[in-house]
Amino acid sequence: MSFFDDFPSLSRRDLMELRRTIDNGFRDFSREYGEALENFFNPLLQFLIWLEKLMITAPWPIIILVIALFAWMGSRSKVIVIGSALCFLAIGYLGMWKDTMSTLAIISAATLICIGIGIPIGILMSRSDRIQGIITPILDVMQTIPSFVYLIPVVMLLGIGKVPGLLAVCIYALPPIVRLTNLGIRLVDREVLEAADAFGANTLQRLFGVQMPLALPNIFAGVNQTIMMALSMVVIASMIGVKGLGIPVLQAVSNQYLALGLMNGLAIVALAIIFDRVTQRLGKRLQKHQGLDH
Amino acid sequence: MTESFISIRHLYKIFGRDPEGAMNRVRKGMEKDELLELTGHVLGLSDINLEMEQNKVQVVMGLSGSGKSTLIRLLNRLIEPTSGEVLIDGADVLAMDAKELRELRRHKMSMVFQRFGLFPHRTIIENTGYGLEIQGINQLEIKKRATRWIERVGLSGYENYYPAQLSGGMQQRVGLARALTTDAEILLMDEAFSALDPLIRTEMQDILLDLQEELKKTIVFITHDLDEALRIGDNIAILRDGEIIQTDNPQNILMKPVDTYVADFMKDINRARVLRVHTLMKPLDTYANGPNMLSSTTLEQALQVFAEQSTSQTIIVNGNGEKIGKLTLDDLIFGMKRPTIEEIKEDLGSTSFSDSIDTATSSIN
Ligand SMILES: Nc1ncnc2c1ncn2[C@@H]1O[C@H](COP(=O)(O)OP(=O)(O)OP(=O)(O)O)[C@@H](O)[C@H]1O
Ligand SMILES: [Mg+2]
Repeated sequence: MSFFDDFPSLSRRDLMELRRTIDNGFRDFSREYGEALENFFNPLLQFLIWLEKLMITAPWPIIILVIALFAWMGSRSKVIVIGSALCFLAIGYLGMWKDTMSTLAIISAATLICIGIGIPIGILMSRSDRIQGIITPILDVMQTIPSFVYLIPVVMLLGIGKVPGLLAVCIYALPPIVRLTNLGIRLVDREVLEAADAFGANTLQRLFGVQMPLALPNIFAGVNQTIMMALSMVVIASMIGVKGLGIPVLQAVSNQYLALGLMNGLAIVALAIIFDRVTQRLGKRLQKHQGLDH
Repeated sequence: MTESFISIRHLYKIFGRDPEGAMNRVRKGMEKDELLELTGHVLGLSDINLEMEQNKVQVVMGLSGSGKSTLIRLLNRLIEPTSGEVLIDGADVLAMDAKELRELRRHKMSMVFQRFGLFPHRTIIENTGYGLEIQGINQLEIKKRATRWIERVGLSGYENYYPAQLSGGMQQRVGLARALTTDAEILLMDEAFSALDPLIRTEMQDILLDLQEELKKTIVFITHDLDEALRIGDNIAILRDGEIIQTDNPQNILMKPVDTYVADFMKDINRARVLRVHTLMKPLDTYANGPNMLSSTTLEQALQVFAEQSTSQTIIVNGNGEKIGKLTLDDLIFGMKRPTIEEIKEDLGSTSFSDSIDTATSSIN
């Protein structure tokens, strides 16, 4: 009865063989294409370096002004503008300015990439149930697989540095914007779409004139979540060489520096709250004309 | 007979995975219930034949689920028919490719929706001008034409409001203005007034009748409300379970319901307010005398005349003042009575209507 006592598993040797084959295969692959990939991502790297440098070298009052301006454009709320400015003053005062700028740079880049890739994918998904059926499980995997697991192939392929860090952040932060773009478009009232069709709108007129504008509040909720998830990846990204607020946190963990960890952690929280409030307000304002009659 | 402007011939719509296969079964004589039970396909519309005249209002009436919305959407192919023919002004709608269909929707027919179907993110004037924007007309022209129609439906001053800021009645005026702004000849209205309060509904009917007097559109008007059908329709088709069971003018529908289903519809109607004297009048004879009365007078108004002039007979005249018949008080009282079930069953065999009604109707139209 050994069949029921011992789980019918591969022998140790076979398992080792299997793992070795996969590892070697992937290693060969990365040797073969690693450089091509690096070249492919080079413009992205240059952009990241440029953005980070710009934010670090710009005089701090200008950065604070720009942030206050963005906060105002998004939220139209004095409280949020003043709150954001005060947060950044405190961050600078406590010596975290440079790291914060690095983090801000990579978060902005990641958000832009996610918007640029996620919205078109969301649109495609909304157009066909088949595509939705294929993409949804992929998104599920992206969101649930522990981030350390996909760090391994990313690092094997691209080494350690800004670009692999950015990719790791994007893989984690992409799903919400895709999901909510898809959802937003699918939730557009059927009769409103029928009206567009009845007046002879073509596919593009329908998409950009009716579906996208009406899905915008949902898309913005997606952007908001994407930013939040990107921020939550800051510490993990710093493990593979992304500069920013994550590095001091890692140091604090290994050396038991409580104050250092707390301060940098709180700086990340402050960024999250600012982004969240501003994008939420923006989403609400976009919704203004739609909500009244329901 | 006038040439018909919209012709629907042997039109079928089957909902389900394999409409073609189901259609073959229906061609071989399978009934709706059997089809649903055996194949899970819904026979939405079955062998619809309908000829609609230009510049007239064709009402399609039926209970919920009878296929009214489906029928009207087959005309502009918001829903694809399964089999049959739709001719609009001579053009075969089902043969059109996507581009021709868009042209048809842009220029030839526009639509008004039950729940208005307005674009919540666009202002009233932007909603009204939507059809023209789709056609690529310049903003200045759009604004000019949209403003004119907003004014025409009585919404001047609301141009820059959003739909959610307006009441239901006002929103449907926008829906109407939007449909009129493209100057399409054909207006499709799917229960356009059903979502409105009775008072507002009557008001909208007045607006529509008023506009129709001037514009002479060809209107397909869907409703489940007989009062509305009788008020607005030049012709009424009654739909039941996806089949047309009677098509006629309002007077004939009231006088000669084809079966008890139709008669049931008529039960709560104030006949005196809807029926007109030309429907009841008898041929002129030498004894005819009494005051003149216009053939389009309703029975209710006629009763008033009989009472005021204490007469028992009137002479019916048409719009040109020619005498075309007579009406006695007895005829009038008889006409007010609803046909009983026995009478309807008795009539089922004989489809022809009395000569006097036919001649009278044609001399009026
Ligand atoms: N997409 C669909 N799939 C399956 N059945 C459908 C579909 N659309 C409509 N039907 C069926 O076709 C029939 C007619 O529907 P339709 O909406 O045309 O009715 P209606 O007369 O407009 O009713 P109402 O007064 O409720 O608007 C109904 O029995 C409905 O269940
Ligand atoms: Mg309907």
